[in-house]
Amino acid sequence: MELDQLVTDFQNKDQRAFDKLYHMYSDSMHGIIYNIVRDHEIAEEVMQDVFIKAWHKSDSYNASKGRFFTWILNIARNAAIDKTRSKAYKNSGKNLNAEFFVDILESSDNLNNRMDAIGIKKYVKALGEKCKKIIEYLYFKGYTQKETSEELDIPIGTIKTRNRNCIKDLRVLVLE
Amino acid sequence: MDIKAYIESGILELFVAGQLTENENKDVQEMMLKHPEVLQEVLEIESAVIKLSSAMSPSDNMHLLQLIKDKLQFGGQDVKVISIDKPRYNWLTYTGWAAALIVGAGLLWSLNQNKQLESQVSEIDMQNLYLEQQIEQAKTDLAVKENLLNILRDRDIISVPLGGQGDFTDSYAKVYWNKEDNSIYLDAQGLPDAPEGKVWQVWSLTLNPLTPTSLGTIDNFNDDDNKIFTITNANESQAFGITLEPAGGSETPTIEQLHTLGVVSQP
Repeated sequence: MELDQLVTDFQNKDQRAFDKLYHMYSDSMHGIIYNIVRDHEIAEEVMQDVFIKAWHKSDSYNASKGRFFTWILNIARNAAIDKTRSKAYKNSGKNLNAEFFVDILESSDNLNNRMDAIGIKKYVKALGEKCKKIIEYLYFKGYTQKETSEELDIPIGTIKTRNRNCIKDLRVLVLE
Repeated sequence: MDIKAYIESGILELFVAGQLTENENKDVQEMMLKHPEVLQEVLEIESAVIKLSSAMSPSDNMHLLQLIKDKLQFGGQDVKVISIDKPRYNWLTYTGWAAALIVGAGLLWSLNQNKQLESQVSEIDMQNLYLEQQIEQAKTDLAVKENLLNILRDRDIISVPLGGQGDFTDSYAKVYWNKEDNSIYLDAQGLPDAPEGKVWQVWSLTLNPLTPTSLGTIDNFNDDDNKIFTITNANESQAFGITLEPAGGSETPTIEQLHTLGVVSQP
């Protein structure tokens, strides 16, 4: 498969493979990071850290452990969360407790992928409240199923199927 | 295993979210390889999440790619960068150097040319100066000669030809005597240069009795160009003679050295 070859090249320090992977995932990572740090400059800082780390630690990726997207998503989430725990960041007085990705899509913050965003904004409104939160926690914040179940006050056994249904809805809205 | 039930369980969504254990991940990986519909399902889940998160990206991030590459010091072995940038660099460099060389050579050539022209101009200036002097000289000469001609044409002038005497028959001279202002003009072109230690001496003579009176020596004879000399003569001369005497002149003429003699014809 094409992606596998690209990732192998990337692991062999092929700069063009790095370029391609950046084009494939940078917007997504930028969105994930910004959703966590909620600051343009800090997001750009973290972006650089993430892709530099990915380049240096490319050996640590193993296809048997998961998707390449999941691997870099993990790096991005952790880097962004680390950033929010730094002293400098805490002193900036940001209150992230009430922030959800939906806010970004519904506010005028978003300047990139404007057309998509407008379309997606419409669809996200169609997603149920619980779905928005499940996606937020599981994908964008990296919460475990347990944490998510506690946060949403729903049984842990239902998270998996709930999420399945939410993603199903999202796929219908986003991919068609 | 029921593939459909497997897909519907929601495990693939958690797989993409990174929420599975290492063993669970391995299982999913195997299922994906074995069952294309599982792989397809995973791709669609991933794609939906990527699309949603991309919509959350606050701004274009392509400028960050260059920053990241700079930090990773890309470019050294990047073939694409070399193949595009280096020839352009070389082309510019070579053109730049070539232009600099041409300009430099042109400058040197101009400087040299300028120097040559300056030296030509100064040479021509010198020539002009020389020619001007020549013209000035010619004008002066002409004025002198016109003056001389006017003198000789004067009606009061008495012309006395002096013929060669004894051994010196080839010698001759002429005296133009203006009695009004007591001056004579001696044209001594027919005399040879005075030898070393000798000098031409001019005599005024009265004949009965023969009495010579010195009119002086011509000390500058050899150096004079037109051999015309102005001499003052207040005597009632009846004849003129020219002798070659020892330098400094003599009291009385040495008759053996009388080169020319001429009698004044009475009007």
